[in-house]
Amino acid sequence: MAVFLIYRLVRLQIICHQSCIGLRMGSAMVPGRIVDEGDRRDMDRPLLQVEKLKFRFRGQSQDVVEDISFRVGRNETLCIVGESGCGKSVTALALMGLLPRDSVRFGSGEIRFDGESFAPSDHDRIAAMRGDRMAMIFQEPMTSLNPAFRIGDQIAEAVEQHRKCGKAKARERAVEMLRRVGIPAPEQRMGEYPHQLSGGMRQRVMIAMALANDPELLIADEPTTALDVTVQAQILELIAELQAETGMGTIMITHDLGVVAEIATDVAVMYAGQVVEYGPAEAIFNDPQHPYTIGLMASVPSLTGPRRRLSTVPGSVPGIGQMPEGCRFSSRCPFAAPVCASRPDLAEIAPGHRAACHFAPLDQRLERRA
Amino acid sequence: MLNFLLRRVAIALPTVILISIFVFGLQKLLPGDPVLAMAGEERDPEVIEFLREKYRLNDPVPVQYLAWVKGALTGDLGISLRTNQPVTELIGQKLPVTIQLAVMALIFAMVIGIPAGILSAVKKGTVTDYVANVVALSGLSIPNFWLGIMLILLVAVNWQLLPASGYVPPSEDLWLSIKTMLMPAFVLGTALAATLMRHTRSAMLGVLKSDYVRTARAKGLAERRVILRHAFRNALTPIVTLTALLFGELIAGAVLTEQIFTIPGFGKLVVDAVFNRDYAVVQGIVLVTALGFIVMNILADAAYFVLNPRLRKQ
Ligand SMILES: Nc1ncnc2c1ncn2[C@@H]1O[C@H](COP(=O)(O)OP(=O)(O)OP(=O)(O)O)[C@@H](O)[C@H]1O
Ligand code: SF4
Ligand SMILES: [Mg+2]
Repeated sequence: MAVFLIYRLVRLQIICHQSCIGLRMGSAMVPGRIVDEGDRRDMDRPLLQVEKLKFRFRGQSQDVVEDISFRVGRNETLCIVGESGCGKSVTALALMGLLPRDSVRFGSGEIRFDGESFAPSDHDRIAAMRGDRMAMIFQEPMTSLNPAFRIGDQIAEAVEQHRKCGKAKARERAVEMLRRVGIPAPEQRMGEYPHQLSGGMRQRVMIAMALANDPELLIADEPTTALDVTVQAQILELIAELQAETGMGTIMITHDLGVVAEIATDVAVMYAGQVVEYGPAEAIFNDPQHPYTIGLMASVPSLTGPRRRLSTVPGSVPGIGQMPEGCRFSSRCPFAAPVCASRPDLAEIAPGHRAACHFAPLDQRLERRA
Repeated sequence: MLNFLLRRVAIALPTVILISIFVFGLQKLLPGDPVLAMAGEERDPEVIEFLREKYRLNDPVPVQYLAWVKGALTGDLGISLRTNQPVTELIGQKLPVTIQLAVMALIFAMVIGIPAGILSAVKKGTVTDYVANVVALSGLSIPNFWLGIMLILLVAVNWQLLPASGYVPPSEDLWLSIKTMLMPAFVLGTALAATLMRHTRSAMLGVLKSDYVRTARAKGLAERRVILRHAFRNALTPIVTLTALLFGELIAGAVLTEQIFTIPGFGKLVVDAVFNRDYAVVQGIVLVTALGFIVMNILADAAYFVLNPRLRKQ
């Protein structure tokens, strides 16, 4: 009974927050962004489909990520959320084939890109698509550009590499991209070095570089965490605009649930290397089922308060090697019960909505118990 | 850039003055009187007095020093007590020999050390890396004189591939000059190659982990280009700085190598001058060497400047 009351309370809180987020979303919400279920099932060939991705680093006793599965369609945005260290970046890097080859050990998994199947360990085949069909923007704008080269050359290099066009054409394209990402006087900026630009400008350059070859998939790993709040909004808006223009699929990794509410088509909530809840954005926001997701929703910062990283779920993520047997969230879960010593499946609880908790869907079970 | 260089030179100036005073003072403290040695068995007081006057040894030390500085500024470093040749001329004859040796040794070191360093960084933890490190360690621990003698015995005496010793100026016969210098340069270059390899390796290891190398890969560039352009270009700064600084060490190391291969270079000049208390020559050598060190230092800084866009004037 007590548990149920807590649960109700938390849900109530979420609904309050939701209205705030809704307000913030306001006009920025692109109409028709959330694809309805019927359409979704018609598209039988998603742009990217990840199946049971699993790997660890050399010398570790547990997998860094385990059984990660999700899909991204064209023109859709999958948001991956979760606390620091839960494996968001390594998942993204794995998709790009960018994990250090000498230390990563892939367990299983399959990546299907536009119908073509790749083993995650198949670095060379994945590498052939990098920068061309899929591109990535990194979490660290300050250090992601090469300090020794002019930004124009760095962008043009990416163009030349894939389009096999001459240097002049590549530079033209670079100028065009700089203009498109909103950098004033792009011709002059071409000759500047990264240290001459602010963090926001550098991230714009990274976006220009990533999108220079019109990739079909863009992976943006917390592209705004390192930037000022005002710049954050501009960058996100820019990505959304470019996505609307090009129809690319996007994976957006973020800590900011406000951002998720604005841009997500689907959401994957990660905890300790696993996807614990996955589904369409409305379902995740309106009807969160995993206790961790519920905790996250409750911790959404209010509109007026300072933005924080997700940390208000009490406790902290267990380190690799200290994960509990069974449900990895059990060390922090307010609903933990003996049954949680066995691993819950990521089971479908509503069409397209999956949660990895023995008690999901929570409502019914708790109501039945109450 | 110009501004920066001027500033460096201004800092270097007091260093040169200090060094010259130090060396000048030290010489005066040394036991033994060169004039007595020169005056021969009879030690005729008139001869001694004449020599003292000639070399201004009767003046107070500071006056002597100032006179020497005045000469040095006009390119006159005095006259060798032993050979009666102007010191400038002596140095002018011997220095190019040693510079040729050092440059060739440096080329050896770079051609071997840098690619080996890159390779062992890229192949970190593999057999290649291991072998490169073992070879480098051997290169560092094998004494020059042993390696030199072995090479002479093997390459020159047994196989008769290269001349065993001596020196041929490049102006006379460029090819023969290079051939003669090949072995000494190799001997002098090995230890340096090992040092360079290890520094290249650690610089590359640091750079290969950087975010911008990841970006270069994310762009889909070939691994070769990622390593040689994006990574190496950034590892170059410490490598160039180190190389410039090592050049001074090379000149010092050349003394021994020149003895082994009987090369009439700077090293031989130094040894002869010190043993014969040839003040003016020692003085001149120290001054030139110090200047050389400082020039290389400034060059190293300049390279640092050129390689780092961040430091250039915006
Ligand atoms: N190359 C590596 N070798 C070993 N462990 C690694 C490596 N890269 C990441 N890890 C570990 O994998 C885990 C997941 O890291 P990851 O960077 O994916 O987290 P994240 O979810 O992106 O966090 P954040 O929000 O802080 O960016 C962390 O525990 C991290 O220490
Ligand atoms: S399975 Fe148990 S421990 Fe895990 S989230 Fe559900 S209730 Fe909590
Ligand atoms: Mg991350």
